[in-house]
Amino acid sequence: MKVSGKVHKYGDNVDTDVIIPARYLNTADHKELASHCMEDIDTEFVNKVRDGDIMVAKSNFGCGSSREHAPIAIKASGISCVIAKTFARIFYRNSINIGLPIIECPEAAEGIQDGDNVEIDFDTGIITDKTTGKTYQGNPFPEFIKNIINKNGLLNSLKG
Amino acid sequence: MGMTMTQKVLAAHAGQECVKAGDLIMARLDMVLGNDITSPVAINEFDKAGFSGVFDKTKISMVMDHFAPNKDIKAATQCKQCRDFCNKYDVLNFYDVGDMGVEHALLPEKGLVKPGDCVIGADSHTCTYGALGAFSTGVGSTDMAAGMATGKAWFKVPAALKFNITGSLNKYVSGKDVILHIIGMIGVDGALYKSMEFMGDGLKNLTMEDRLCMANMAIEAGAKNGIFAVDDVTLEYVKERVTDEFTYYTADDDAEYEAVYDINLSDIKPTVSFPHLPENAKTFDEIGDVNIDQVVIGSCTNGRIEDMRAAAEILKGKKVAKGVRCIVIPATQKVYLQSMEEGLLKIFIDAGCAVSTPTCGPCLGGHMGILAKGERAVATTNRNFVGRMGHPESEVYLASPYVAAASAVTGKISQPSEIM
Repeated sequence: MKVSGKVHKYGDNVDTDVIIPARYLNTADHKELASHCMEDIDTEFVNKVRDGDIMVAKSNFGCGSSREHAPIAIKASGISCVIAKTFARIFYRNSINIGLPIIECPEAAEGIQDGDNVEIDFDTGIITDKTTGKTYQGNPFPEFIKNIINKNGLLNSLKG
Repeated sequence: MGMTMTQKVLAAHAGQECVKAGDLIMARLDMVLGNDITSPVAINEFDKAGFSGVFDKTKISMVMDHFAPNKDIKAATQCKQCRDFCNKYDVLNFYDVGDMGVEHALLPEKGLVKPGDCVIGADSHTCTYGALGAFSTGVGSTDMAAGMATGKAWFKVPAALKFNITGSLNKYVSGKDVILHIIGMIGVDGALYKSMEFMGDGLKNLTMEDRLCMANMAIEAGAKNGIFAVDDVTLEYVKERVTDEFTYYTADDDAEYEAVYDINLSDIKPTVSFPHLPENAKTFDEIGDVNIDQVVIGSCTNGRIEDMRAAAEILKGKKVAKGVRCIVIPATQKVYLQSMEEGLLKIFIDAGCAVSTPTCGPCLGGHMGILAKGERAVATTNRNFVGRMGHPESEVYLASPYVAAASAVTGKISQPSEIM
């Protein structure tokens, strides 16, 4: 499976409070959450994001609160994959559990720039920056996580 | 090869003799927790998956604390959804306005978590219960839904960092200063995916409140969990609270640690974490005049009785500075009542503080003390991210109840020795 889109790039320690501020957590509605995604660090994100776009960030992406609303807001805003140097562990787990693909790849997180067009092959873990022509090798998911993603989330995978 | 405390708890709950860092395991859960923000997402998933019941009605806790007492119609609707779910499935540990408290202060107080337990909670500060010698970690709502249905969760067994604690704390220094110092030292991702294991002969000089506060903020170093060796202080704390039997675990002598840090409590000074990351820890020789608009004393980090006593010790007979709003929030009904009986609430109110019923409220910028653009707060809470307590251009400074109370009196970030 492949996805491709335009990159929205951020820095280190992007926390879940800026991904979706707590003042909007009085709802679990995916579209409403998406309408405030990244609001406190990038007010333009919701206007410029298109279906299939890719988010790239540096270290410790998604640190802070366990709110699943954060990966939900990112996924519902149309983002098809998040690439970072490292992810905070609860965010990593939540993303897999709701079926938002995320890949740790320090080289890609460093090399890819805002606005680049990027393609990701989930089967091989290969990330291609079509703007610069560079490729990067991300870690493909282990089998049990592939199973969760293929079944579109943990609960679907539990149903067998 | 030997196992750490965390690894032993996980091995026991996975039914395995031995686990090592990196192993993927399926573990049995002793408690599954959610609050009024994370539970509705879990309930939606639970219903969508078509589960017909919960795995054990005594091993699920739902606490209405974040936007409760309901701050608006949407918050009220979310609490109602939790209430209806708990009624439908006869979930016994449902805590609503009137008997609720901030979840991570409430569960240990009620004896719902115990040494050696394996606990997940849809709240990142679930790591608090490591103070009791439990493996306890924050997860998302989907994990909570699966946990409520199956009583199990998958984990990757974490590698460990060891914190060897020696010495004893100086006056007006608390567990909060210790953990802010540690996060300042290793960074907000210094313990990423790992467990933080606290042991050593200085542990006996840390109260249960100190330990709960320190374990609470393990997540702010990126840790999967924090865990304290069980000792007489732990056993004394659980004796009057926990009725079930429990087994606790000690680390093997040959357990493997990725790093060992020696922390001498006697060296720790009052510490403040500057915006916008908990790792921006400074001591007072690095802090100039920083004027403030608000002080918040409370939360799952520092809303326990010892924290209330610390704040009252500083505020007794003094007044909150003109132009500063000081909000005190005892974390549970029991702490609230005890604060009243001990005369602490009178001290707070005489000093000009607002005292509130338990709620997470301002800590996450929900309600009960939101900051305007450009305002600054000293808070005993756990996060100082951009916009955490209100406007994206407001600022939160993390500190102990001693420092927060002293700052309320002077109107700028201050240590207790400046006014005592």
